[in-house]
Amino acid sequence: MRSKLFPFVLILIFTIIFIFFYKGLNNYNIYIPKINVNKDIPLFSAKLFESNVEVNSKEFFDPEKFYLLNIWSSWCVPCREEHTLLMDLSKNGNINLIGLNYKDRTDNAKNFLNELGNPYIQILVDQTGTKAIEWGAFGVPESFLIHQNKVIKKYIGPLNQQLLLEIKSLLK
Amino acid sequence: MLPSIIGYYSLILGLCSSIIIFYFSIKNYKDAVLDNKILSFTFLQLFFVIISFLSLVLSFINSDFSNETVFNNSHTTKPLFYKISGTWGNHEGSLLLWQLVLTLFIFIFLLKSQNQSKQYRILTLLFQEIIIIGFFIFIIKTSNPFNYIYPMPKQGLGLNPILQDPALAIHPPILYFGYVGSSIIFSSALAATTLNIISREWASNIKNWILVSWIFLSLGILLGSIWAYYELGWGGFWFWDPVENVSLMPWLALTALLHCILVLEKKIALTSWVVILSIATFTLSMCGTFLVRSGILNSVHTFANDPERGLFILVFLFSLIFLSIFIFFFFHKQNNKGVSNFFWLSKETSVLVNNWFMMYFLSVVLIGTIYPIFLEVISSQKISVGPPFYNKLIIPFLFPFLLAMAIGPNLKWIKSNMDNKINLILFFVLSILLSGFILKNLHQKFLINTVLLSSAFYLFFITIRDLFTKNFKNFSQNVAHFGFSLLILSILLNNIFSSEIIINLKVGESFEYNKTKIIFKDIVQKKQKNYDSIIGSFNIENFDGKIDNLKPELRIYNQPNIITSEADIKTTFLSDKFMVMNSVQNQEYFNVRYQVKPFMIWIWSSVVLICFGGLISFFKKKNEK
Repeated sequence: MRSKLFPFVLILIFTIIFIFFYKGLNNYNIYIPKINVNKDIPLFSAKLFESNVEVNSKEFFDPEKFYLLNIWSSWCVPCREEHTLLMDLSKNGNINLIGLNYKDRTDNAKNFLNELGNPYIQILVDQTGTKAIEWGAFGVPESFLIHQNKVIKKYIGPLNQQLLLEIKSLLK
Repeated sequence: MLPSIIGYYSLILGLCSSIIIFYFSIKNYKDAVLDNKILSFTFLQLFFVIISFLSLVLSFINSDFSNETVFNNSHTTKPLFYKISGTWGNHEGSLLLWQLVLTLFIFIFLLKSQNQSKQYRILTLLFQEIIIIGFFIFIIKTSNPFNYIYPMPKQGLGLNPILQDPALAIHPPILYFGYVGSSIIFSSALAATTLNIISREWASNIKNWILVSWIFLSLGILLGSIWAYYELGWGGFWFWDPVENVSLMPWLALTALLHCILVLEKKIALTSWVVILSIATFTLSMCGTFLVRSGILNSVHTFANDPERGLFILVFLFSLIFLSIFIFFFFHKQNNKGVSNFFWLSKETSVLVNNWFMMYFLSVVLIGTIYPIFLEVISSQKISVGPPFYNKLIIPFLFPFLLAMAIGPNLKWIKSNMDNKINLILFFVLSILLSGFILKNLHQKFLINTVLLSSAFYLFFITIRDLFTKNFKNFSQNVAHFGFSLLILSILLNNIFSSEIIINLKVGESFEYNKTKIIFKDIVQKKQKNYDSIIGSFNIENFDGKIDNLKPELRIYNQPNIITSEADIKTTFLSDKFMVMNSVQNQEYFNVRYQVKPFMIWIWSSVVLICFGGLISFFKKKNEK
């Protein structure tokens, strides 16, 4: 009895595998970053840089306030250039800067902030680079202007004086 | 122009001859006649595929951009060598190569098997033709290498520069010999099952095919690893990338099969194992083709993302699987005669133990490879399974596996009385002491590393001893096992003692860490035929005052516009010094990675040694005949 049933079980198993592969074929799996402008921020949960506390997207942003989420890393040279502008921006009371530390080593990141100053009120950690993907980022540095849990503007590459003025004008 | 037309029609004619062979084999099967007609059609089929293949090579050499495949993958400034290797560096051409090997192997099989039963030969041919016809239709319908572009473009898009490497130029053909060789094993095992002629004689006939595929598959995997080490610039040689895994899986099945067939050659045992493993090896190779070619996995090998191709291979693959399941359960008769004298401490048991280990490793790799696909279908979550998964699941089992491998071959065929017990234990104590001594300065993971290293040393010592005391009785096996012990030993030591420095530097700067000083001396720019190169010059001062000069290179290819980093590697007997640099967006700084990797050359040589073991076995058999 057992041996008679066995081939059918095997065929059933392979049929299931077939179905999975077939379904898998239709998934498109090349990652293309989306330009998420005027879209809700992605759902995520991440650890905080200093306290290692896990936070999630729902309670993290206050809908009334403006945020600039900045993806940075200590090994990224343009981030270094951009940093003075961020320091400048952080003095503006209308906006809160959030850092997303991308694929970095904690001690290197700390040295970076000690050397150049810390413009961020909170820093999220993205050790594997997957959170940046959820945000639709191409690389580092990149910044997202957030208001009412929506991304209003996305900046690819380092910010400059002109973009800084634009951000400031958007805040009003 | 003309070569494309000739190539295309040769393919159609090839398909026609396959169908004729298929028809004749069915017609002649009952009368058990294999006349010269079939043989000459098999030759004709091979001939047409050769013509087709050569015309594609010719189109590549002439940079005939009216051919879509050439247009997509070649460029006039490319060196001739890479123009030729570009033929199989793409989806369409590599399938044509696959077909070439398929038809070549069945022709050789027919020539070599003339002293065997006609029914068996016809049936093997029949199964093989099913595969060949399937691939002919696949090529012509979905991946025709001779598609035509009008008007003819002036320039091609170029071959992906990371594929322009000598190791990689010969990697696909070598690997295909391995993959396709397993198709002969598959067809022949199905034929032998159907006719119920699985015997010692069949085993010794099919053994050479198993050896050939196994040697080529091992070499193919080796070349792929060497390429990844030199070209991808990650400083490793095995990444558990899905595509590496799909070549490892048939290798594991084939290794198990090789051991089973050696038992079957001596006495009727393990017949079910042999049949199932023969089927598994080829279906896993096909499964690899499916995973790589359908774009269901994303990796360096994914040539095209075409669901139609994927669907075809998928349906074809599962038809073959269902056919094999049907044949196995319908025709296979378990031979129980030999079971009564199956003593537990015999070589058969150790081969069986080896099989179970191989099956375990195989399932770990299989699950790690296809689980992400399943997960994505169920929950549309994307994950990738990385080294930690494999390390956790494989390493604990490596220890008993190595011990079993050391002791197993010392058991005699039927009964073993363990007369050299003391000897074996003595070596074991020696290995533990030696590994403890080597690792005494290691602070983390001391225990697991000592256990692993001592079992590897144990295997190493035992195989050396066997090499000298056994009077070359089982020379091939000794060499292969010795090579394997060397491989594991070098990989372990390489893992434990590798060190790495990653730093951003600009010209003139230097960096010191752990008694090693890196000085960035200068950079030179050069113009080559199809790329510009930036060569950095670094001096490395080691703790003993010796200075090495390393020159990693960045290549900026013009067609297509891609930057690759060429590592500079100083190989010595004991270790490799590996340096690679990458440009950072800001031009002045370069991201420099310097690694010291011990025993790299030993890893490569030990795989060659393993293959050499297989080669000895192959030729030994020939001489005895």
